[in-house]
Amino acid sequence: MPDISPLLTGHLPAATAAYWPGGYWGHWAFYTTALITFALLMVMGAIYIERRLLGRMQSRLGPNRTGPFGLLQPVADALKVLIKEDIIPQPADRLVHWLAPVVAFVPVVMIFAVVPFQKGALLADLNIGILYVVAVSSLTTVGIFMAGWGSSNKYSLLGAMRNVAAVVSYEIPLVLSILGVVLIAGSLSLNEIVLAQDIPFIFLQPMGFLLFFMAACAEINRSPFDLMEADSEIVAGFHTEYSGMKFAMFYLVEYAEAIAMSAIISVLFLGGWRGPLLPPWLWFVIKVFAVFGFMVWTRATFPRVRIDQLMAFAWKFLLPLSLINLFVTAIQVLTIPDAPWLVFIINTAVMILLVIIWSGLFKVGWGRVEV
Amino acid sequence: MTTREITLKTEPFVLNVGPLHPSTHGVYRMRTTLDGEVVLDIEPVFGYLHRGIEKLMEERTFTGIIPLTDRLDYISPMSNNLAYCLAVEKLCGIKVPERAEYLRVIMAELQRLANHCIAVGSFLNDAGAYFTPFMYTFREREKIVDLFEMVSGQRMTYNYMRIGGVSQDIPEEFLPALAKLLDQLERFVDEYDFLLKENEILIARAKGVGILPKEVAINCGISGPVARASGIRRDLRRDDPYSIYDRFEFDIPVGENGDSYDRYRVRVAEMRQSLRIIRQAMKDIPAGPVKAEVPQVVRPPAGEVYAHIEAPKGELGFYIVSDGSIAPYRCHVRPTSLINLTALRQMVRGWKVADLIVIFGSIDITMGEVDR
Repeated sequence: MPDISPLLTGHLPAATAAYWPGGYWGHWAFYTTALITFALLMVMGAIYIERRLLGRMQSRLGPNRTGPFGLLQPVADALKVLIKEDIIPQPADRLVHWLAPVVAFVPVVMIFAVVPFQKGALLADLNIGILYVVAVSSLTTVGIFMAGWGSSNKYSLLGAMRNVAAVVSYEIPLVLSILGVVLIAGSLSLNEIVLAQDIPFIFLQPMGFLLFFMAACAEINRSPFDLMEADSEIVAGFHTEYSGMKFAMFYLVEYAEAIAMSAIISVLFLGGWRGPLLPPWLWFVIKVFAVFGFMVWTRATFPRVRIDQLMAFAWKFLLPLSLINLFVTAIQVLTIPDAPWLVFIINTAVMILLVIIWSGLFKVGWGRVEV
Repeated sequence: MTTREITLKTEPFVLNVGPLHPSTHGVYRMRTTLDGEVVLDIEPVFGYLHRGIEKLMEERTFTGIIPLTDRLDYISPMSNNLAYCLAVEKLCGIKVPERAEYLRVIMAELQRLANHCIAVGSFLNDAGAYFTPFMYTFREREKIVDLFEMVSGQRMTYNYMRIGGVSQDIPEEFLPALAKLLDQLERFVDEYDFLLKENEILIARAKGVGILPKEVAINCGISGPVARASGIRRDLRRDDPYSIYDRFEFDIPVGENGDSYDRYRVRVAEMRQSLRIIRQAMKDIPAGPVKAEVPQVVRPPAGEVYAHIEAPKGELGFYIVSDGSIAPYRCHVRPTSLINLTALRQMVRGWKVADLIVIFGSIDITMGEVDR
């Protein structure tokens, strides 16, 4: 009988997998179950928070009828969508149409495998953790393109094409802005990155945070880059032809992606599970929801950009700035590795300066007809 | 032959935008020919909401037609009421009492505010601001609609104006409520401006997009804010004053470029002017009757008449042919939305799908008026 008392108290043992009760397999079984549960619960929380926050920001109430404060609304939504009819359009490619939600969902859950919830408390402490995240997160696009292609609907195809174009472009600034963090932390492992953050990296890498946040928003198609499901233009984008549980899967993917990205942001820039007083996992959840709340805020505020503007933004704004950021950070790591507050001041100044200069040089509507 | 033609052959394809589409403002359908994301051509298809209102009008008494006019442009029924009543009064030669004229002006301008609230909100919604501006503008429209409910008992199809005046006098609490609302609205209009005037994304999406040149606008017969955004200083309230509009002081906001952004700006500016007019009207509203002595069944003399007003969306005209009976022989509506739509095709060519929606939203149409 393995000793499970640390699990119940919430203080997960920091020991490596080999020393766990049940050895590697016990470790694997516990974390796989816990991660999937965690992902699903967080998605429900995210849906609730998004709807309530959007409601408040749009001067309305949001769902408040189902359960206390409307807390059961995501459950009710899930139940409703489960009992809906699953409609497959007659000209659709049935296999691709059926496979697409699964292909889109699996990589998102896989991201959580390397996310530390506490010191050493993660499924796989890969020494290339962040590389793994970047690689796996872009796999979702395959599923989304399958959905767009398999539905044989022009709106779906337009949405899927937009998504592929966006993800291919935004991967580059995304990775480059991570590199600044990796340079400072000296490791690709997410666990090591958190341990290196005596000062949260948002202070040492303010521009990296900004760029990563924007690139992540585009990568997971949050507003103002939500072109692939632009409801006022292409109806529902790639999932126009989906209903029932398959639609729910895409809904799940959307929010799980947002949660995964929020988790990565809080691990990379906000110090992950580190924080005073509260238990580490709670700090982690709070940070994730804080980042997610910020995403909701941008969604409630900004209009949507156009596809060419989206591309221009990636190549003309994010890419040069992330290259400069990487360069500056590299010099700092070489020259002043032990003066974090100096780095903070320099980097903040550099960020403010560059953003001001670049906003003057580059406008989102660069390609517009000047009249 | 360009490189693109050699390397990448693309074929245009046809996409039906509508009739059931989130941002076609009703059941409008555009048969769009696309090359990838670029709009090559559109072919408007309408008629999905045709209810034969013009034919129905021939079967009703002159007073009985007023509820039908509510259902033309259901976003701004007060203006439709006004235009129709003006036409019949012109035909009969009825003099409307002073107080009724003032009430009509107040209602028409409130209606303009309510309409522009929806126009601005849904335009921004089409631009992709996820329902936030829409909810904000609807919040203000609700308050205006509350006032309409106070005077007419209805929130949607008011049926308030009558031939020779208005159906009933305003209740006592109307004017104080209106004064309070005007102060609030002033603040809210500033808020829309502050939120979105310099929003980089909105400027990128709307500025220079869907330019309607002055000549094209004139040739297509465009009127209202769309025409004024193209630099045409034409406002029937000033150029052909009806009712008592010659007594009020107001400016006619005019755009420079005729793009979607100007149309949005002109609407916001017009809201300010409407507030100005209502304030003036409130100040010198006289006491007295609100309806002229008009027989129960109006029998205008045989003849024909055309009366037009500056409705929120543009020039709204009623052409009535009477044969001396209790019902018109023929009644034709000059719909604003339909005629403003005629320029859409020239505006969207070469723009992207996303722009198509923005340009369409910036024209501000109501399908009830397009199809009648």
